[in-house]
Amino acid sequence: MHDMSPSDIQGDYQETTLKYFDGNQRKVLVTDIETPYPEGKLIVSRTDTKGNITHCNRSFIDMSGYEESEIIGQPHALLRHPDMPAAAFEDLWKTVQAGDKWHGYVKNLRKDGGYYWVYATVIPNIRKGQVIGYTSVRRKPSRQKVEEAITTYANMN
Amino acid sequence: MPYQFTVSPDFGPNQLAGWHIFNTWLQRQLDTDIHFETYDSFEAQRQAIDEDNVDIIYANPYDASFLVREKGFVAAATPQKPDETTIAVLVDSPVQEIEALTPGSKIAQTNDPDISMMGMLMLEPANLNAGNTTAIHQDSYIQVAKALIQGKADIGFFLSEAFDELSSLVKSQLRPLVSSDIQIVSHALLIGPKLADRKEELTNKLTSMDADPQDKSLLQSLGFEKWAPMDEDEMEFMIDLIEALAA
Ligand SMILES: Cc1cc2nc3c(=O)[nH]c(=O)nc-3n(C[C@H](O)[C@H](O)[C@H](O)COP(=O)(O)O)c2cc1C
Repeated sequence: MHDMSPSDIQGDYQETTLKYFDGNQRKVLVTDIETPYPEGKLIVSRTDTKGNITHCNRSFIDMSGYEESEIIGQPHALLRHPDMPAAAFEDLWKTVQAGDKWHGYVKNLRKDGGYYWVYATVIPNIRKGQVIGYTSVRRKPSRQKVEEAITTYANMN
Repeated sequence: MPYQFTVSPDFGPNQLAGWHIFNTWLQRQLDTDIHFETYDSFEAQRQAIDEDNVDIIYANPYDASFLVREKGFVAAATPQKPDETTIAVLVDSPVQEIEALTPGSKIAQTNDPDISMMGMLMLEPANLNAGNTTAIHQDSYIQVAKALIQGKADIGFFLSEAFDELSSLVKSQLRPLVSSDIQIVSHALLIGPKLADRKEELTNKLTSMDADPQDKSLLQSLGFEKWAPMDEDEMEFMIDLIEALAA
């Protein structure tokens, strides 16, 4: 993943360095502009077993602000927001690798530095007993649940 | 014994005759006896499936999950028409957005499992769930509309297509609050293990149906334009999506 580029950012931003689970790091530029979740839509993506994106739908593209060609093949951490605690994703991976369904509230980072909140579900795609990848589907979260998540995550970081 | 063909009970009131004609088409194409059976409820149909009394079914996406994963059905084709859900209120209701709905809301709905599921998901932003709302079950989408108009319910769940097909008199008394835009979830024509070896042949015949003007108008009477092939992979991912959404 490349560092984020100031020319893509809308509005005033802050610069942070994100350290990923695999030891890599990336410079991200973050604004406090929230994009509201689109009414009635589901944001869907699929990854391979390592978390690299193999498919995404129109709503995913629209909300992330990236082109499809900038998304496919990238690790899903492309959308990781610095306000999200690493522990939330450790829990996600532990759950789905055990073959179970994971639910959680996630703050995602857009290409333009803004963010959007989702209620996400991730499940393993099991074919003939083997995990061949993962699917995530996100829906519109309740504001109250987002406020609770903000407090919880702030205490985890 | 003839094969048994059935249709998910959520079909529109004007489509029954069309499904009868479709069954005749199926028999001619497969050169075999097929009996067309309809069920009044999703439960009655579920039971027939359980007892292996169904060989071909036009299934809703929720039931497809059970048919494919538990009963060994495969998709022969899918209509190119996604299933979407509309939540509506009375036209003069003070409620302008989902977030304005409050606990205790009464929801008129049919027993259509995928519409009930999507409807409940779309209420989550208002912190509503099965525990703090009351479901009022109706036999048809017209009855759902009537329950709203008669003040028996605060909101109604509709298959978007059924909402669009309400008479203009009924529709003028209602207002859609939100409609889903999922695109990737749809009904499918599934065939059971006894017919599995005829899948390819049937898929070919279904997907070329729209080339014949008479067959095309039959499809239009069923509410869509053409059948598209649906491979096993696509079906499996649609089922994963539904399972991810199901509680
Ligand atoms: C199917 C699937 C979807 C995911 N969706 C997101 C997402 O939308 N946003 C996000 O930050 N991480 C998502 N993740 C988790 C990332 O893979 C990654 O663990 C996370 O961004 C933290 O980065 P790191 O594990 O590299 O430290 C998803 C993982 C899977 C398997």
